[in-house]
Amino acid sequence: MSNVRVLIGTRKGAFVLTADGKRENWDISGPHFPGWEIYHMKGSPADPDRLYASQSSGWFGQLIQRSDDGGASWAPVGNDFRYDGEPGTHQWYDGTPHPWEFARVWHLEPSLDDPDTVYAGVEDAGLFKTTDGGQSWRELPGLRTHRSGPSWQPGAGGMCLHTILLDRSAPGRMFAAISAAGAFRSDDDGGSWQPINQGLHSEGIPDPAAEVGHCVHRIAQHPDRPSVLYMQKHWDVMRSDDGGGSWHEVSGNLPTDFGFPIDVHAHEPDTVYVVPITSDSHHFPPEGKLRVYRSRTGGDDWEPLTTGLPQRDCYVNVLRDAMAVDSLDSCGVYFGTTGGQVYVSADAGGSWAPIVRDLPAVLSVEVQTRP
Amino acid sequence: MIRVVLPAHLRVLAQVDGEVQVQVGGEVTQRAVLDALEASYPVLRGTIRDQRSGERRAFVRFFACQQDLSHEPPDAPLPGPVCAGTEPYLIVGAMAGG
Repeated sequence: MSNVRVLIGTRKGAFVLTADGKRENWDISGPHFPGWEIYHMKGSPADPDRLYASQSSGWFGQLIQRSDDGGASWAPVGNDFRYDGEPGTHQWYDGTPHPWEFARVWHLEPSLDDPDTVYAGVEDAGLFKTTDGGQSWRELPGLRTHRSGPSWQPGAGGMCLHTILLDRSAPGRMFAAISAAGAFRSDDDGGSWQPINQGLHSEGIPDPAAEVGHCVHRIAQHPDRPSVLYMQKHWDVMRSDDGGGSWHEVSGNLPTDFGFPIDVHAHEPDTVYVVPITSDSHHFPPEGKLRVYRSRTGGDDWEPLTTGLPQRDCYVNVLRDAMAVDSLDSCGVYFGTTGGQVYVSADAGGSWAPIVRDLPAVLSVEVQTRP
Repeated sequence: MIRVVLPAHLRVLAQVDGEVQVQVGGEVTQRAVLDALEASYPVLRGTIRDQRSGERRAFVRFFACQQDLSHEPPDAPLPGPVCAGTEPYLIVGAMAGG
């Protein structure tokens, strides 16, 4: 029987949750790396037992951990993330030039076909790559050194490269998103990049339609329809039908279009999930009701999914990397909250149940579907 | 041998219990001790000092003989009892974070 392995990164360690295909009874292991922030943990599509974790702390900096046995054991690998050449400056919060400074790895995206190749998105925004299983990392400087780079400015959470999408349909094509610079596309495996923000409108920047400067929170793509991208922006849920060439808003009837995560059903490219959050100054759900919203029409028309989720007095947040889907026949949807709950729906969002309620604040959720 | 006490998180990382001892050739300075420590335990590279600049991480402190050496020049000699191995060199995670 198929089973799932859910990888949870939290403020104080990592947890691995496993269950069979029913997704009712769960084994929980952890905390791994107790006391450390685990911004992200992800498995290799080419070797599901090869896992990578970003481990960091304000005291002791950045480490990368690797497991070759599905999370049963871990070993630290390389942690030297040096920008290529003299890194120069970006804009600081007060508008002055500020040197690019490595802070942490936000996101690890293993290659689709090589377990030893992984991309890392870091703060201050940059893209790194390893081809030796994490032992050494080198920057792909084309993104950071884009001509617009000196004008990029951090969002409230730092200037982080938080999303990396590898396009299965077009070798060499990848997408990245940066807060608060925007979305970017490469067609040469990360060598060179172009901003793909046409159609975004952000009232919080001087030119709302600027080429860069947009606070993109997350982008998502379905592998069977790679030209379609979905985006949860700071405000606005957006869609592109031409690989990011242009965007249009699909917030439709959402109660609020502020939020962080966005994801796509494993088998239905038009079925999209978001978690509306009241506002950028109220990082909790409207009316104290935790609701996932699902669109089965690729946006615009959204329905609240509430069964099994708290519908009163709930004031948690769901962060940008804290939602994932499995690929079982009945698509499972997972998300984690800043209150330490991890919820699963084994029926594509129709009903929800907590897997665990009292973890540290959840930073990231990934899921592996295993035969 | 120079005795070094690591903070708990770094002991876990280095897979050691209690103090560690490092051999330093030449003058015993903070830089020499940390270089020797990182040579013996490569996993600690970047956790105490920034890998690029070599500077102490902001929330790491260095103590010995009831003195805070965190702001001393890295090439200044360490106190005699540390050099003699009668007192440990303490690497401390700063009290921060509430």
